[in-house]
Amino acid sequence: MAVLNEEQSMLRDAAKSWTQEKSPVTAFRKMRDSGVDIGYDANAWNEMAEMGWAGVIIPEEYGGSAFGYLSMGLILEELGRTLTASPLIASGVGAASALVLGGSDAQKSEWLPKIADGSVVGALAVDEGPHHAPEKVALAATKSGSGYSLSGTKTFVIEGLAANLLVVSARTSGKPGDKDGITLFLVPADAKGVSRKRLALADSRGAANITFDKVEVGADAVLGAVDKGGDVLEKTLDRVRAALAAEMLGSANQAFETTLDYLKVRVQFGQVIGSFQALQHRAAKMFTDLELARSAVEAALQAIDADSPDVPELVSLSKAKMGDVFHLVSNEMVQMHGGIGMTDAHDAGFYLKRARAAEAAFGSQSYHRDRYARINGY
Amino acid sequence: MADFGGGDPEAFRKEVREWVEANFPAELKGRPNPMMREERAKPSEAQEAWRKAVGAKGWGTPTWPKQYGGGGLSSAEARVIQQEFGRAGAYNPIGGMGVMMFGPTLLEYGTEDQKLEHIPPICRGDVQWCQGFSEPGAGSDLAALQTRAEDKGDHFLINGQKIWTSGAQYADWCFCLVRTDTSKKHEGISFVLFTMHQPGVEVRPIKLIAGSSPFCETFFTDARAEKKNLVGPLNGGWTIAKRLLQHERGGLSGAGGGVGMGGRSLVDLAREYVGVDEQGRIADPDLRTRVVQHEIEGRSFQQTAVRAMLESKGNSGPSAATSIMKNAGTSWMQMRHELTLEIMGHQGLGWEGDAFKPEELGAVRGWLGGKAFTIYGGSQEVQSNIISKRILGLPDLTQHN
Repeated sequence: MAVLNEEQSMLRDAAKSWTQEKSPVTAFRKMRDSGVDIGYDANAWNEMAEMGWAGVIIPEEYGGSAFGYLSMGLILEELGRTLTASPLIASGVGAASALVLGGSDAQKSEWLPKIADGSVVGALAVDEGPHHAPEKVALAATKSGSGYSLSGTKTFVIEGLAANLLVVSARTSGKPGDKDGITLFLVPADAKGVSRKRLALADSRGAANITFDKVEVGADAVLGAVDKGGDVLEKTLDRVRAALAAEMLGSANQAFETTLDYLKVRVQFGQVIGSFQALQHRAAKMFTDLELARSAVEAALQAIDADSPDVPELVSLSKAKMGDVFHLVSNEMVQMHGGIGMTDAHDAGFYLKRARAAEAAFGSQSYHRDRYARINGY
Repeated sequence: MADFGGGDPEAFRKEVREWVEANFPAELKGRPNPMMREERAKPSEAQEAWRKAVGAKGWGTPTWPKQYGGGGLSSAEARVIQQEFGRAGAYNPIGGMGVMMFGPTLLEYGTEDQKLEHIPPICRGDVQWCQGFSEPGAGSDLAALQTRAEDKGDHFLINGQKIWTSGAQYADWCFCLVRTDTSKKHEGISFVLFTMHQPGVEVRPIKLIAGSSPFCETFFTDARAEKKNLVGPLNGGWTIAKRLLQHERGGLSGAGGGVGMGGRSLVDLAREYVGVDEQGRIADPDLRTRVVQHEIEGRSFQQTAVRAMLESKGNSGPSAATSIMKNAGTSWMQMRHELTLEIMGHQGLGWEGDAFKPEELGAVRGWLGGKAFTIYGGSQEVQSNIISKRILGLPDLTQHN
């Protein structure tokens, strides 16, 4: 655990006690069984917003607390432990970061206070296929009067169904794959021509495909500069990736601890199975990997707070390492639990499903390994 | 916050920089520490002068107490010294097992007289130590050791054999685990010190798969250890040994100075031996993936070493967590050797001769020598046992039918 200041310790303790008391894994199960289409419990989200969590990275002048990304990561780690579903990453990190990094004063004043108090849920509409590829933007924004007309489709938009505000990457010049020629737009989700289709994913969290059919927006909907949205987008995505890695860190640690508890009570061959060296050494390997992953995740969040130039590589490092470790731990959770781990009544399946969804979101391990190598010139 | 003892960190940096400029012999700039070489030549005049200068200052062991010849400095000040030495291309001439393992252990467990006798020569680099722990029948199961120490009143007589005594052929003194009670296993072991320069000590180097001989077998026939050099209580050596092994693991993991093998990066080597595609990527995509994975692993290991250092503000010394660092660090270094060899292809398999560059010959020897990393200092498997039992609280296997 990073060395925390007083406000960070308080924030973490608050998040820990709230998730343990109000949002244990049974709450996630209840949400899943209810079939709620937005993929989270709206009442729980209201409580989180009341505690100020949606505004942790938002400047105080716009209604936030400006505690920063490490602080946000501490909250997300606790939420990840109990698999608490919420739009905190999509809205409080994704949409909020895009506005903070690229928004005009008017855009910030209009949206940030509402994101900070939870009354608006924002989401990033970025990808257009089954893999994260933020530069492969085909969705077209063409000049229309004094504004633009948007047409195309975004896929796997996280919290896309719940969102009131969409941050949309669109192509204003060039071709899919070019970094130049991407422009970001702020589009209210109820704008004419926007249609959303809920995606029911294995991890039961909120996601949607969103089609834009000649959606008319004004010139004031452009976030940042025309054709130059790629930079703000990349910086925003790095903040989201680091935040997601923090959530994954919490989930993976809890998956490991639950498994470790089981190894100490399950008896076979007249022994608790945790006395078997074949399992002990795998547990030791997981623990070692979790420690390395924690270092990588905390270093990425701290680099963002310090506005360090190596944010991109440290973020890719953390998402790749964290993805590998959560992958391993979630598989071992099921294997070491044996038959009970295969049942829906047990939580192991929740962690396994969440692991794969989180790994794929905003760049898989192979995406981030490749990016790490490219950033370092090979 | 870094602790500069209330002083000004920049003033201290200036002091170190000026001292290094005045005392470091220019001809040694960028040269490796002669102690790191397996075949040791007699040190040059400049090397001796540098050792004596650093030793007199106590800066080779900067955080050790001043009354025993250390620098008496904070870890923040020690880092400044390390940085300034690095900046000037200077090595730390004070090292070896006395610094890495024995000194910290004696500071913790030794009597005042023992510390006053043995610590200052380590700080000055005057005395080299070797470790008498492993025996032919006591490797991973170290407590099975058989070397006997017989009580002769004011001294012990030592008989038996030790193995893997690194650097024994250069050592002046030995810290040694001996059996003083045969009726018990762990509780029958004592920790004694004796000079290697005596008739009852015979050292034979062991030739290893890498062709070199950094390790020895050491035979004791009525070797003598004075009673005043018993560390800790009689039959109480195991506790001290475990502590010393934690210091050893901390050092072996590279956690102290960060992992690194010196020389060129894997990426540089791959550019030369494997080539790059039109986009500048390593031309073999499978190799590239494994190089990236390895780089990411190494970086997260370094981040963990930094985090561990920041978190252990109290500087309570190494804990069971050193087992994590030992396992992660040594497997990483082994993988680095494997990748280096693979990148060089046939050119990385040369044993000797002028068809191969020194760097290439070093690669194959390093690869072979590196196989020891996960065996010595407590094997990978022993470390995994320590992690599962002491950190994770998993139980021992009980007998069953």
